[in-house]
Amino acid sequence: MDRATDRPMDGIVENKPGQRREPAAEPLVIGERRFDSRLLVGTGKYATYELMQDALDASGSEIITVAVRRERLVNERGESLLDYIDTDRYTILPNTAGCFSAEDAVRVSRLGREILEQIGNAGASWVKLEVLGDKKTLLPDPVGTIEAVETLANEGFEVLCYTSDDPISAKRIKDAGAAAVMPAGSPIGSGQGVLNPNNIVLCLETLKDGDPDYPVIVDAGVGAASDTSIAMELGADGVLLNTAIAHAKDPVRMAHARRHATTAGRQSYLAGRIEKKLYATASSPFEGAISYIPGE
Amino acid sequence: MQVIVNSEPMDVAEGSCLADLIEQVGLGGSPVAAEVNKALVPKRSHGACELAEGDRIELVTLVGGG
Repeated sequence: MDRATDRPMDGIVENKPGQRREPAAEPLVIGERRFDSRLLVGTGKYATYELMQDALDASGSEIITVAVRRERLVNERGESLLDYIDTDRYTILPNTAGCFSAEDAVRVSRLGREILEQIGNAGASWVKLEVLGDKKTLLPDPVGTIEAVETLANEGFEVLCYTSDDPISAKRIKDAGAAAVMPAGSPIGSGQGVLNPNNIVLCLETLKDGDPDYPVIVDAGVGAASDTSIAMELGADGVLLNTAIAHAKDPVRMAHARRHATTAGRQSYLAGRIEKKLYATASSPFEGAISYIPGE
Repeated sequence: MQVIVNSEPMDVAEGSCLADLIEQVGLGGSPVAAEVNKALVPKRSHGACELAEGDRIELVTLVGGG
């Protein structure tokens, strides 16, 4: 409810009187931190900062990603991203996007931590690690990624690590000391959805073997809200996305959709789906039917 | 003397420290992280970090990203 007007807020559907409350979902736990939302969103590619603010709000996310870039020294600097982010509300997760070597990714991680320490944000010890192998596909360099995870983990970073959906790479990254592994559903910004759900399941099985609470977050490529649900239904602990909201025709509406899709997928996973069967199973009993039933 | 700031040459007074440079480019008081020759210099050390001719400095901030 909007406290000022005592009316339901735009786009938020309140439970009707007598409607059963939704079963509580347990929080997302990464390291020592707990979050109610399992949707992590980026802050890039929005037409305006105001639109970004509204979309972040609608997404219900508590963790938002940012990039580390050079200050503009020659042109007038204008507005800054940080002017539009409530740093008390959001845990900021700085990324190493644009890094193609472990060395550069480590440098950028340190720079991101330095800025977040200056503003006193809880994300200061975090990094969303990307060590890219190729500018066209933005697929990760698995060797550089593992090298950077080792260095950063030794420096006390909690590394949330972008990787492909290869379960062996995922395991190596966990073993190198990552706090969370984040396999891609499909290439960054491609919107192709979860292209190989079997590999995501294998990543989940491998990473959670004997360690069921280890966080696995599907990062990138989740084009439609249903893709978010699919990732969550597979058993992912969360979903991270940016372009799919920022470049939707109506980013705020899409952010709402993602919030619901994340919750729906999680609840569906916890509820446990039925087995797939080749033949139909009637929902209404044949017993007592007045009709002619073939074969009976 | 001349230093390289974010890949651009820039003149600074002899004996300048990193904190002076950050003031000079108008970023004093803003959240900004700095590297000198690829090594991070934490904010508490900006005043003690003397610059030398040809130093390569990176001044970075946070922008939107995924």
